[in-house]
Amino acid sequence: MSTVRDLLIILIGSSLVSNVVLSQFLGLCPFLGVSKKTETAAGMGVAVIFVITLSSAVAGAIYHYILTPLNMEYMQTIVFILVIAALVQFVEMFLKKFIPSLYKSLGVYLPLITTNCAVLGVALTNVTKGYGVLYGVVNGFATALGFTISIILLASIRERLEYNDIPKPLKGMPIVLLTAGLMAIAFCGFSGLI
Amino acid sequence: MNKCIERLNNGIIKENPTLVLMLGMCPTLAVTTSAINGLGMGLTTTVVLTLSNIIIAALRGVIPDKIRIPAFIVIIASFVTMMQLLLQAYIPSLYKALGIYIPLIVVNCIILGRAEAYAYKNPVLPSLFDGLGMGLGFTLALTLIGLIREFIGGCSAFGYELNLFTPVAIFKMAPGAFFVLALLTAIQNQVKITGEKKGKDVSRIQSGCGADCASCMVGDCAERTVPAITEEAVVTKEAVVTEEAAGNEETAATGESAVNTETVEAASEDNKSEEVQA
Repeated sequence: MSTVRDLLIILIGSSLVSNVVLSQFLGLCPFLGVSKKTETAAGMGVAVIFVITLSSAVAGAIYHYILTPLNMEYMQTIVFILVIAALVQFVEMFLKKFIPSLYKSLGVYLPLITTNCAVLGVALTNVTKGYGVLYGVVNGFATALGFTISIILLASIRERLEYNDIPKPLKGMPIVLLTAGLMAIAFCGFSGLI
Repeated sequence: MNKCIERLNNGIIKENPTLVLMLGMCPTLAVTTSAINGLGMGLTTTVVLTLSNIIIAALRGVIPDKIRIPAFIVIIASFVTMMQLLLQAYIPSLYKALGIYIPLIVVNCIILGRAEAYAYKNPVLPSLFDGLGMGLGFTLALTLIGLIREFIGGCSAFGYELNLFTPVAIFKMAPGAFFVLALLTAIQNQVKITGEKKGKDVSRIQSGCGADCASCMVGDCAERTVPAITEEAVVTKEAVVTEEAAGNEETAATGESAVNTETVEAASEDNKSEEVQA
């Protein structure tokens, strides 16, 4: 039972309480860049969930079954970034060949995710927090879910902002960052959950 | 020697990666809770950037063009790992404060951007100064933002208590980072507006990947001067080209893709002329 409880806590903690974008500032780049329309934001979110869950499984397995037995933990940064880059390429090729419909909806976003700091960030956090492969995968999924929630929320707000009368210097990035700041304050409210 | 000073000036003032180009936003927001942390992160990045620039410039004839990005990443990741171990051994307090953001220097798009845009095409010495200039510019910006957040949020500067007013604690928390950056970009916009009125060249301001480190690998990052998508990839990607074009417009945060391409062209011309000189 305690495993299920732990996993639930990780799920809520990583997706809402310490939201990857709004409190850890990882994956900020697509968060600000690809959030003009709700549809594109949702597509990006799904692609991020897909890649982060997969990469935390692979990175976790490599760390626990290859690097630890060989006492080469210090190689984690180099190994993880290469594994993630290769994995994203591989997933892209695999989807193109075997599931073209999914490739059509996710393919555009996949190359954008390769150097997304959130992907590497989750893999490293899993190691720092001492999660095993299962916990790591759940943590990865939850983190990506948090990213998706916040990017879709921001995109919805930005669609509304289009029609507002904003002071000239605040147009574009500044107003988006102000919005993100207010969202971050709102997400601080979740800290009482666990 | 003039060229070296020009590179320093370029990195610190003319093309300051954070304050002018808006690159590398993730570490900028994450570690600037205090001036000391900003300074530490900036200097760590400077060391990595300078060393990786030197090595990449030295190996620029050896690295095959097609696999240059993975090669850059391995070089950068090696230096980051070295810095991580050194910090852990000699400055444990900073190591603790920066935490996961030290290994994440690997995906800082300033470093990959400089490797791609400058070090891969220029001799060792100018590349060294290019890295040093960009790194110091980044350090300056991070320390400044950290100082503002520390002053408003904790009423202290570089760790010294000042006791002038009641601190606005939210500026030290996550939302404060967004607010300070919003202020910074608003100032950039204002400078841009007044500059345009006076007819000055303001295309550099916010011309970086906007805030889009993720696209550094893809080719719509203004820092890159060589198109990343090879002809082969273009042919196979034909089906999604229209969608991707739409996506690219999305990622250009400032919505000035025209300006971006102009900057890229100008930059590549610069590099060409520099090569000719060399």
